[in-house]
Amino acid sequence: MNGFTGTPRLTRLAVRRDRVKLLVWLVAVPGVGAAVLQSVVSIYATEQDRLLYATSSAASVVARAFNGPASGPSLGAVVNAEAYTSLAVLAALLSTFAVVRHTRQNEETGRAELLGSAVVGRYAPLTAALLGTVAANLLSGVLLAAVLVGGDLPVAGSVALAAAIAGIGIAFAAVAAVAAQVSGTARGANGLAAATVGLAFLLRAAGDAWGEVSVDGLRVTSAWPSWLSPFGWANQVRPYDADRWWVLGLTAAFTVAAVGVAFLLTSRRDLGSGLLAVRRGPAGASAALLSPVGLAWRLQRGVLLGWAVGVAVMGLAMGSVGNELESFVGENETAAELIAQLGGTDRLVDAFLGAMMGMFALAVGGYATQAVLRLRGEEAAGTVEGVLATAVSRPRWLLSHLACAAFGTVGLLALAGAATGLGYGLVADDVPGQVGRLTVAGLVQAPAVLVLAGLAVVLFGLLPRWSVALSWAALLLCVLFGQLGALLELPQSVLNVSPFTHLPVVPAEDPAATPLVVLSLVAVGLLGAGLAAFRRRDLAIG
Amino acid sequence: MTAISVAGLVKTFGTTRALDGLDLTVRTGEVHGFLGPNGAGKSTTIRILLGLLRRDAGEVSVLGGDPWREAVPLHRRLAYVPGDVNLWPNLSGGEAIDLFGALRGGLDRKRRDELLARFDLDPTKRCRTYSKGNRQKVAIVAAFASDVELLVLDEPTSGLDPLMEAVFREYVRDLRDAGRTVLLSSHVMSEVEALCDRVSIIRAGRTVESGTLTELRHLTRTPMTVQSDRPIDGLADLPGVSAVTVTGTTTRFEVESGTLDPVLRHLAQFGVRTLTSTPPTLEELFMRHYGEDSAAAGARPVAAGAR
Repeated sequence: MNGFTGTPRLTRLAVRRDRVKLLVWLVAVPGVGAAVLQSVVSIYATEQDRLLYATSSAASVVARAFNGPASGPSLGAVVNAEAYTSLAVLAALLSTFAVVRHTRQNEETGRAELLGSAVVGRYAPLTAALLGTVAANLLSGVLLAAVLVGGDLPVAGSVALAAAIAGIGIAFAAVAAVAAQVSGTARGANGLAAATVGLAFLLRAAGDAWGEVSVDGLRVTSAWPSWLSPFGWANQVRPYDADRWWVLGLTAAFTVAAVGVAFLLTSRRDLGSGLLAVRRGPAGASAALLSPVGLAWRLQRGVLLGWAVGVAVMGLAMGSVGNELESFVGENETAAELIAQLGGTDRLVDAFLGAMMGMFALAVGGYATQAVLRLRGEEAAGTVEGVLATAVSRPRWLLSHLACAAFGTVGLLALAGAATGLGYGLVADDVPGQVGRLTVAGLVQAPAVLVLAGLAVVLFGLLPRWSVALSWAALLLCVLFGQLGALLELPQSVLNVSPFTHLPVVPAEDPAATPLVVLSLVAVGLLGAGLAAFRRRDLAIG
Repeated sequence: MTAISVAGLVKTFGTTRALDGLDLTVRTGEVHGFLGPNGAGKSTTIRILLGLLRRDAGEVSVLGGDPWREAVPLHRRLAYVPGDVNLWPNLSGGEAIDLFGALRGGLDRKRRDELLARFDLDPTKRCRTYSKGNRQKVAIVAAFASDVELLVLDEPTSGLDPLMEAVFREYVRDLRDAGRTVLLSSHVMSEVEALCDRVSIIRAGRTVESGTLTELRHLTRTPMTVQSDRPIDGLADLPGVSAVTVTGTTTRFEVESGTLDPVLRHLAQFGVRTLTSTPPTLEELFMRHYGEDSAAAGARPVAAGAR
């Protein structure tokens, strides 16, 4: 028996456990590629459109930071710019979660101990996790390349793009392998790996934002920070433009080095321990924790903080593109029409900002769903049993969590509006006016989001074991209606099912009171119904 | 004075009848043992007593109130240690103890710190790093540090080591001396024998035995071993005697309580040299009720020989 004994068996076990996740992965990556390809082909149909796209995105700091350096006017280069960020982040996060799931999480749950007592080498679990993840990345890369080539894009560029994306996934799988050795908990390892993903993204964004535009205005040479990041390397392959294969060598070298470090750390630590000790907590509770609301806030605040950072960054970025919008879309009629359709007005900036607020409302709907479903999480984990066996009534427990969810929803929407207003105000030279106007625009979305939250409460009260799946399905439906309803020409009666359909598009329109009042009443009614159902039913622990 | 009274309790989950007419009476001030194999319905009963589950039929009264409708005022007067102690992974043990105490209506700081020391529990560790035993200690410390009339303990010592179990017993005795009522569900027979005033044994959602240990013993047969000068015969014809095996001058048999007198007179004719009577342990009583199927096959698990 050597250190790798049992690796093939463990790899098969990992694939078996992840069979559904893998399927989603293998569909999602080529799916994103196909969707972007299709929309680029229709929106930027002519060489003229693409020249405009390349010059405006090379000139825009925001476009460079989000989409990477512009690489000329070819159809493939535009697809690359539009699909790159989604694909790169998707591959990076799927890979890190997969590696942590099959290493540190197994140790935390004690599964690794059981496996380790069998004929399994010291390095086998880590090797199996890496093999499975690398294979998933390669396979999804092959499918992505096939989709792109099938869309009549050049073979070399398509393979280069797919390889670059797979490279990102593999590099971050190696990062996660190190994180899983360093942190003593799966949550910590995921956090550490995700923070690395974020840092790498920022380095790339900064390097591209500071990059130099070429003389013809169609290309950008990135500054040095881009070269410090796996995300940057993927860009520097320049698919559909230069196809510089040698850059992939950097990804490979980085991966080999990180995997080496991970194996070295594995050989030096005990099963179940990490390099970072689990921090100790206070020996007693502070007064703030000692109430149902205090407990709910303690359990929910971390998630809310994460959302707040994300919403603020997105708001700033979206707001600051507002001013460039005229030049960005101005001469492209398809894109202008699309925005006017989503935003409900010809005044392009207001239409854009209104559409952005609608997007934020859906995103915050994700937060609200997550926050309400914490109720079910507490019930399934059994922690609710101990609380409800004390002098805390069911309504008090439920309302304490909902208070956090409602506070977070309203706060995030106000923050989204304020951040967008700040971003737009800075470029339009009207910070106080825009912050005020767009904070209102954000807050106007709250009733619709709260209806969605109310629905989740009803589902929790009536069908606890199904509440998670059904609540997310409801949100997904709202997203589909909101984003695609107008494009698919669905009948209005169908679109009316989504609470978001009834929102006035602020700031383009004046906020109408009636729909907001009606939606608020519906939200309160749903909450009451959910509470009544929960008071009547058995706890469904586990 | 009854702290808990349950009559004809029925609870079904889908097609499974978890409780099928269960009866339970716990008197104020006693430690009551609640015994039954896995899946007999102990935890379901306890969750109904706490108003976490709703009964389908039957009468339930806890401290004089209805646990479903008056959950909150009743919960101020009782403390619960669940069979599976689930805690929040990112809270420290000390935080969890203080939280449970505060939500129950306050806890005795001095007693809390004393309990932490006696149970050797580090309150600064995160709950995610605790073993099963340490999670149980968190719930036990929180319950014992609360000033309540009734303690409901669902297999509280299943993760504790023998040293900690001894500490646990000491505290339960203190609680009884202070006039508190304890409902103790357990698998550890020695613990129940050592602590409990009265015992209820349930099986498949019904109560099969209830009473003090002495009463329960009265209802069952006592194994006896006799060594005599002459081989004993005619014993099997006496009323209340069963399972007679004669090996030379050593005779083993079982006798029902209340029929011992004629048996002893009969034995005297054969010149008794030694006589050993082993009253059944709780474990044997327990096994007799669950092992009915195996008893029918003639494999009753009663320890042979003298003690």
